[in-house]
Amino acid sequence: MSQNTTASSYNYAYLDEQTKRMIRRALLKAVAIPGYQVPFAGREMPMPYGWGTGGVQVTATVIGPSDTLKVIDQGSDDTTNAVSIRQFFEKTADINTTEKTKDATVIQTRHRIPEETLTEGQILVYQVPIPEPLRFLEPRETETRKMHALEEYGLMHVKLYEDISRHGHIATTYAYPVKVNGRYVMDPSPTPKFDNPKMDNCAALQLFGAGREKRIYAIPPYTKVQSLDFEDHPFEIQSWDQDCALCGSTDSFLDEVILDDKGNRMFVCSDSDYCQSRQDNSMSPSVEHTLSQASQMQSVNSEASK
Amino acid sequence: MYVAVKGGEKAIKNAHRLLAEKRRGPKEIPELSIAQIKEQLSLSVSRVMAEGSLFDEDLAALAIKQARGDLIEAIFLVRAYRTTLPRLAYSLPIRTDKMSVERRVSATYKDLPGGQILGPTFDYTHRLLDFDLMETTEDNLSEESSEDTESQKSEIDIHTPEVVMPRVLGGLLNNEGLIQAETLPENEEEHPVGDLTREPLEFPVDRDQRLQNLARGDEGFILSLGYSTQRGYARNHAFVGEIRLGTVSIEIQPSELGFTIDIGDLEITECETVNQFQGSKTEPPQFTRGYGLVFGQNERKAISMALVDRALRAKEMGEEIVAPAQDEEFVMSHSDNIQATGFVEHIKLPHYVDFQAELGLVRRMREEQQNTPTQQTQTQQAAE
Repeated sequence: MSQNTTASSYNYAYLDEQTKRMIRRALLKAVAIPGYQVPFAGREMPMPYGWGTGGVQVTATVIGPSDTLKVIDQGSDDTTNAVSIRQFFEKTADINTTEKTKDATVIQTRHRIPEETLTEGQILVYQVPIPEPLRFLEPRETETRKMHALEEYGLMHVKLYEDISRHGHIATTYAYPVKVNGRYVMDPSPTPKFDNPKMDNCAALQLFGAGREKRIYAIPPYTKVQSLDFEDHPFEIQSWDQDCALCGSTDSFLDEVILDDKGNRMFVCSDSDYCQSRQDNSMSPSVEHTLSQASQMQSVNSEASK
Repeated sequence: MYVAVKGGEKAIKNAHRLLAEKRRGPKEIPELSIAQIKEQLSLSVSRVMAEGSLFDEDLAALAIKQARGDLIEAIFLVRAYRTTLPRLAYSLPIRTDKMSVERRVSATYKDLPGGQILGPTFDYTHRLLDFDLMETTEDNLSEESSEDTESQKSEIDIHTPEVVMPRVLGGLLNNEGLIQAETLPENEEEHPVGDLTREPLEFPVDRDQRLQNLARGDEGFILSLGYSTQRGYARNHAFVGEIRLGTVSIEIQPSELGFTIDIGDLEITECETVNQFQGSKTEPPQFTRGYGLVFGQNERKAISMALVDRALRAKEMGEEIVAPAQDEEFVMSHSDNIQATGFVEHIKLPHYVDFQAELGLVRRMREEQQNTPTQQTQTQQAAE
């Protein structure tokens, strides 16, 4: 694959400047109307729809040579698609990349918000598959746009209420709907609801790009983001009985890793940078023990992949 | 080092290397040339150009080679290239009535001005494997057929230069006023022809955007939708008024010059269908139209497109919308195979964060169910 030689024949950050201007206009509108889905003329990107083309277009539009980019997928910098997108920008935008949340000026993410609190000046770019929070209640775009315009969100509340009457609690665990700035109901992309509180009053600018559906929306810094709930059934986030087996964190989102076929499993941080930096800061003996357990597990994995 | 996909960077590099090897295949077999693909797999090239929305036979052939013959992957390569190209000018509308015709048939008239020309078609072949093609020879044309070609050549030549070949639905049927007129846009300055690649899709849409969407849409999807209209889902019996295949010239008119410039030729397939219409309060009973146009040679797509176009005109005809093929949101949102393949295949990407959230929920719900068996049955009964 001679992609290195072809990269120079494309414009900076792949998109032509006219396209970037069009996207910037959409972004400005999105920031001006928090949570409102702005239609934009999304372009074909050299990666498939559904793989982050919306996020990539937003990142390509806001990024400049002085930026430092971090790309995560499921919280990790080293999942294959995150690697692929990071390499795309290294190639086409000639920027510095990092895995450290605090060093990044632009963070593109799929399905997670970093555990570390984001700061002013940072931009978090979300990849969004289905931008419409009402889509699974009403498949027609003409209808859902009308519902947003009229602030007609009764259907969503009925759905949440039906969850409670059936299960005793709201049975939505990710892509949990939020109300932005007291006006628009918004899909936070398929992040676990664990991450919803991080969106509220966040110091960083949050931009959302849905490439296939051709929609952009945004949450400006320090905007109120409220997860939908009821007075007698307040919103709550997931919690685990275990701590992270690697860094001992008690307050991060944990992934379950299956160790063997006998039902043994461990729980580790989904945010790999957060986990790593905690491990670097405090190396306790008990952690080392689990680390060796983990490396055993890895050798099992590599056996399996052979 | 706990994430199973750690090492993604190295794995991707190896995957690319393997892919390059697979694409080339065994070294003792000669490599395919772009010219071979372009000239001998020309119908694949047609499809890639049509759904890739870029008329360039060489690039389409290159994409087919690079994609190992996966046409949707090839279409994707062409689309991702095309989207970066600047718009230099907008051409004048092409004139299909001035087409240099290679094939032209009408199913509504036995004979008609300009005649029926079969051209290069599979239509009347028997689908028997031709085992002679197993061997590559200098010239696969048998003696007999080459003689035929000689004798026909002079006849074909009569048609290829500028011979008047009026369009069936334009010039012939319309004379009697039996078919609905095709209205031109009244003011293109104020209502320019839509372009889905430059403007986001917003419903409801006009016919120009629908036709653009269908022309770029997946052949299989459009075929199945067209088929569904024939089987009773929005039944509207269609006749093929005309199919024509050939080349048309593209002209531009730079505003500073005031005259037109011919900038090249385009091979296209055009289909117009004639459909029944019972009439409405304002319109007398008459025939209505469906229209299909695709790059290159692809009648299957052109006919299907015309069927779906007609079905999608239900609203303007005042017909009841009862079937998927009449529903513009359904058709247009799902016709693009690059969007479809990307989104369908993205579910192979890691989803363990979301799955973890679901795991927790299912465990919690099972636990709750086991703890309160009586209450559960009660609520179930209440629900029923």
